[in-house]
Amino acid sequence: MAVMTYRDALNEALAEEMERDDSVFLMGEEVAEYDGAYKVSRGLLDRFGDARVVDTPISELGFAGLGVGAAMAGLRPVIEFMTFNFAFLALDQVINNAAKTHYMTNGQLHVPIVFRGPNGAALQLAAQHSQACETYFVHAPGVKLVNPATPADAKGLLKAAIRDDDPVVVMESELLYNARGDVPEGEHVVPLGVADVKAEGTDVTIISHGQMVHVALQAARTLEKEDISAEVLDLRSLRPLDMEAILGSVHKTNRAVYVEECWPFTGIGAQIVALIQDEGFDDLDAPVQRITQADVPMPYARNLEKQSKPDAARVVDACRKVLYRN
Amino acid sequence: MATKVHMEALSPTMEEGQVVKWLKAEGDEIAAGDLLAEIETDKATMELVARGDGVLRAILLGEGRTAPVGDVIAVIAAADEDVSELVAAAAPASTASPAAEVEEEPARTAAPTATPPSHAAPATTPPPTTPPPTPQPTPPVVRTDTPAAPAAEARKDGGRLRASPVARRLAREAGLRLEAVVGSGPRGRIVKRDIEAALAAGTATAPAPMPDVPGEDFVDVPLTQIRKTIARRLVESLGPVPHFFLTADADMARATELRQQFNELELGARISFNDIVIKATALALARHPECNAWWGGDHVRRHNRVHIGVAVAIDDGLITPVVRDAHARPVAEISNEVKELASLARAKRLTPDQYTGSTFSISNLGMFGIEQFTGVINPPEAGILAVGAVEERPVALDGRVVVRPRMRMTMSCDHRIIDGAQGARFLATLKDVLEKPLSVLL
Repeated sequence: MAVMTYRDALNEALAEEMERDDSVFLMGEEVAEYDGAYKVSRGLLDRFGDARVVDTPISELGFAGLGVGAAMAGLRPVIEFMTFNFAFLALDQVINNAAKTHYMTNGQLHVPIVFRGPNGAALQLAAQHSQACETYFVHAPGVKLVNPATPADAKGLLKAAIRDDDPVVVMESELLYNARGDVPEGEHVVPLGVADVKAEGTDVTIISHGQMVHVALQAARTLEKEDISAEVLDLRSLRPLDMEAILGSVHKTNRAVYVEECWPFTGIGAQIVALIQDEGFDDLDAPVQRITQADVPMPYARNLEKQSKPDAARVVDACRKVLYRN
Repeated sequence: MATKVHMEALSPTMEEGQVVKWLKAEGDEIAAGDLLAEIETDKATMELVARGDGVLRAILLGEGRTAPVGDVIAVIAAADEDVSELVAAAAPASTASPAAEVEEEPARTAAPTATPPSHAAPATTPPPTTPPPTPQPTPPVVRTDTPAAPAAEARKDGGRLRASPVARRLAREAGLRLEAVVGSGPRGRIVKRDIEAALAAGTATAPAPMPDVPGEDFVDVPLTQIRKTIARRLVESLGPVPHFFLTADADMARATELRQQFNELELGARISFNDIVIKATALALARHPECNAWWGGDHVRRHNRVHIGVAVAIDDGLITPVVRDAHARPVAEISNEVKELASLARAKRLTPDQYTGSTFSISNLGMFGIEQFTGVINPPEAGILAVGAVEERPVALDGRVVVRPRMRMTMSCDHRIIDGAQGARFLATLKDVLEKPLSVLL
């Protein structure tokens, strides 16, 4: 076990998978000569050469399409978006080609491609550069999506994503790149579609993923002082979704709060709530609460940005509400 | 005021009943307690008892006819009272559902305004769960036309009872009736904690956990059929622990003197009135084991030893540390132990064996100048004694008014275990011990 940053854990996963499988290559804006806009690909050009670590023009639709074609032809591309804010340009390739080809060719073609990069808000990057994009990608059947919260999960999920035969979106977080944590060395693969309990609890389940897991954990620590035992369930994968873990935890606690960076309208939480009320109805003691990004474009002003983002205080309030404590 | 005569649930499983024979005719004078009719239940022929006084004005269900439990089958009222509306309302006697009872209260309260006060009928029956403390046998049924819905808050909206899904599931699994649970959530919603509280309080369907204390002396008395019926009906009426209350007023002149003399001995221990009450209660309980008992769902456990739980106020609530074998220990020793337990309680240092296993509890608010109050039973115990202040009060004695130190005690009884007469006998013994208090020193 080594302590490393989230950034280095991703780098290690890329290096290990490129070492393991010659068909894996990395492509994107500034991934090669510049070591990546966030230095996730540091050293990979020197190690694997410019045939496998490829700089592209500023043309998301173009290089995403190159990747999809390469995947259809048998390679395993890893496409880096400098951020997912820019990936909207590439959505046609992701949704119309990557997601549907396996289905439309009756299984004759696989598209084993990874689209990765930072997602969600950082600090004061304003409306067009501070958004959580999960819903756009998981909406279409045929795409898998993971959103690791810790360095260990970052490494294990990226490795699993590269090895998967279907398109997988790996959403990272700019604010987590410097986060440190224990990371198992070598063959550490976290299977897609398996959630993880980041804190055990009995009174309420806080469900989250990605950097919001840390908000959930902070809320759980506050609640502990009030003798409320909160379970923090990190989904890790949004597709496939670990329904058993969600329903199992709600069965235990009878109450759930969902925390996400997306907007509330048809956000990921809407899906989770639908699932719980449908399959866990008899376990519920209170309506499931959602804490989300405020339903506005992200403000640039620091104070307004702070108010619009999910925070631990709001999560704590929601937990009190489902426990009928306020 | 008119009294409706209902088809009562005369057996635990009875859903409808057939009139075998009316024992009174229309026009007969009726007093509460009179036998009105013989009713064939699913098990036997039972007697239907009048719940109010007046004249049997209308018989609405003929002999040989059947009606569901809850239907109005006759009306008792003053001779000149207008009962036509009541009779009309009850006309489709065998189709009205028992739920319709909830609507009866306005009809009853409206009646006196329609009748000159001088012609008003005597009051209807007293509430069924507070029987007079006389040794009459309690009738096996308690249904009256009083709505029995203490937990109705959550139900007010169109008859729908609000409960969270998990509360419904837990209640279903425990065999608990949601109607008997009071909801603490928004708009009276019954939530999980309410079910847990109801289960912890011990209900007819889900008895309170009854610890088996190794080496304890007790007798488990299986419930008779009548005991089961009383328990079930009272729980439906009043909630998980059907309380009733008995108050006695004891003359404390001798106890005051005794306490004074004892404390003048300067033995190092000073006893309080509460210590005397604890010892006296324990002595009385030893003589009335039916009150020194726990509710066990399908039996009653009568304890041979008396362990008194003494309510102690602490910062964030109260706790009842236990004085064990209080019937067999000197009052000075009890006094010291209570002081020690109370200080441990306030320091939150009581161990579980120091606050569990009581067979009866005492709560004393006399030090706050409270004259009289009622305590809430600590399940599975049969009762709790609420003790007021010792105060000088004018009382009639041998035809003269004199000022005496008096103390009021109110016993809350679990009616599933204790009947009025039993509680009354126990209280009489307790009063006697307090008024001739030498025995507390033994």
